[in-house]
Amino acid sequence: MASRTGQQSYVFEAPAGLLAFAATAGPEEKNGPLGPAFDETFDDLMMGEKSFELAERKLMTHACTRAMEKAKLSPADLGLFLSGDLLNQNITGNFTALRLGIPFFGLYNACSSSAEMLLLAAFLLEAQGPMPILAAVSSHFCTAERQYRYPTEYGVKRKPFQQRTATGAAAFVLTDAPCPIGITGGTIGILQDYGVKDPLNMGKAMAPAAAHTLLSHFADTGLGPSDYDLILTGDLGAYGQDILRAILKEEGFPPLGNLSDGGLMLFDRSKQDVSSGGSGCACGALGLCGRVLPDLLSGRLRRVLYVATGALMSPTSVMQKDSIPCIAHAVVLERKEV
Amino acid sequence: MQYRKLSLTRPAFDRIASSLEPQAPTGRNCLLAFLFGGGLCAFGELLAGLYTGTLVMTKAEAYGPAGVTLIFLAGLLTSLGVFDHISKHAGAGTAVPITGFANSMVSAALEFKKEGLILGIGSKMFSLSGSVITFGVVTAFVAGLLWGVVY
Repeated sequence: MASRTGQQSYVFEAPAGLLAFAATAGPEEKNGPLGPAFDETFDDLMMGEKSFELAERKLMTHACTRAMEKAKLSPADLGLFLSGDLLNQNITGNFTALRLGIPFFGLYNACSSSAEMLLLAAFLLEAQGPMPILAAVSSHFCTAERQYRYPTEYGVKRKPFQQRTATGAAAFVLTDAPCPIGITGGTIGILQDYGVKDPLNMGKAMAPAAAHTLLSHFADTGLGPSDYDLILTGDLGAYGQDILRAILKEEGFPPLGNLSDGGLMLFDRSKQDVSSGGSGCACGALGLCGRVLPDLLSGRLRRVLYVATGALMSPTSVMQKDSIPCIAHAVVLERKEV
Repeated sequence: MQYRKLSLTRPAFDRIASSLEPQAPTGRNCLLAFLFGGGLCAFGELLAGLYTGTLVMTKAEAYGPAGVTLIFLAGLLTSLGVFDHISKHAGAGTAVPITGFANSMVSAALEFKKEGLILGIGSKMFSLSGSVITFGVVTAFVAGLLWGVVY
């Protein structure tokens, strides 16, 4: 069974195995550094659909289909489908689940949903619950803009700390059998709120949550940053990562030499107009599927700490001037010799 | 037992975050806004002059159709997906003149087209510009009232 280590962390004796993963992405992501690594990419944001919301569903459905193909499984072989997206009441996941016809739990932890579902899947698999598990996240630039910000064609000047919501989806198939990549542990985050109210300033709002989870993980497990080849945050962007480093310094923690961020991996900020980097549910997961998981498979990386952060506001809470509470969950991904 | 807390305080966080905040190139933005905004207004003047010459109207009357032309062009460029690429550089230069108002309405209309003619385009078209109309009417009413009292 999973054993609790310290306050918020767990170690899995029988690690969940990552049987397969797949990613789909939009045009801006296709032109980014990870573009060639994605299983399927689209040249325009509508993707041949009638609305951006339908396009996002297409991204998630296709990611799921590709992941199932790679795992050589059909929907009837799967015990559970977990999904997370940013749209109100999780419509992307709900309609994808309707199409797949697999027993379904919808999750919402905003952009930290990918880490949330990987960790949750690991708990369920170790408890010999439903299996195998298909887990998917998605986000779309235009659906997120419309829900949280402005109409797509509305002309506003972007602030330098703003981020671009990643257009894409990632799907993972997890089982209780040993696989080349296993989930060996994790840390469940606690909400942090430092009074940030600006929904355009996500990196700033989420940085304290990432710092809290990282410090808790290291204190709980007795491990240090050098025990990991890579520490990957989900979508802090350049500004958020700067703040995270400064907070860790303020807390008396030594500088992290192996820190990277999904939002910085996904786009080339010197060539692409993305201000502080990428964000969104799919952002960190695209970093995982596009670079980190292939590197774990090839043996270039052996042990990775994936810390995805999520800003848990809604359009209503923002309009009513609530601050933005944020959370971060950490997952330990480890290469296993099978 | 209590869960761990960061020793980071709110003031310390605010200090850290503001010291690291990336700065917008204000001087460059102001210059671009001035050039684009000024250019637009000059174009409007040109149109008014043109209409005075071709249509039978005074210069004062020609400002009406000149404004309408700018609104039409902003609407057209918005629906072609070009306006936001210009305003990304122009900032207030395209947002403050009448073009910004047109863009806010057309972009909202496009965005909510999928929700139908009445509840989508009809009502959500004003989601950004509605407050301008509301407070424009309120201001005009107050100004009219004051005018009536003074004279």
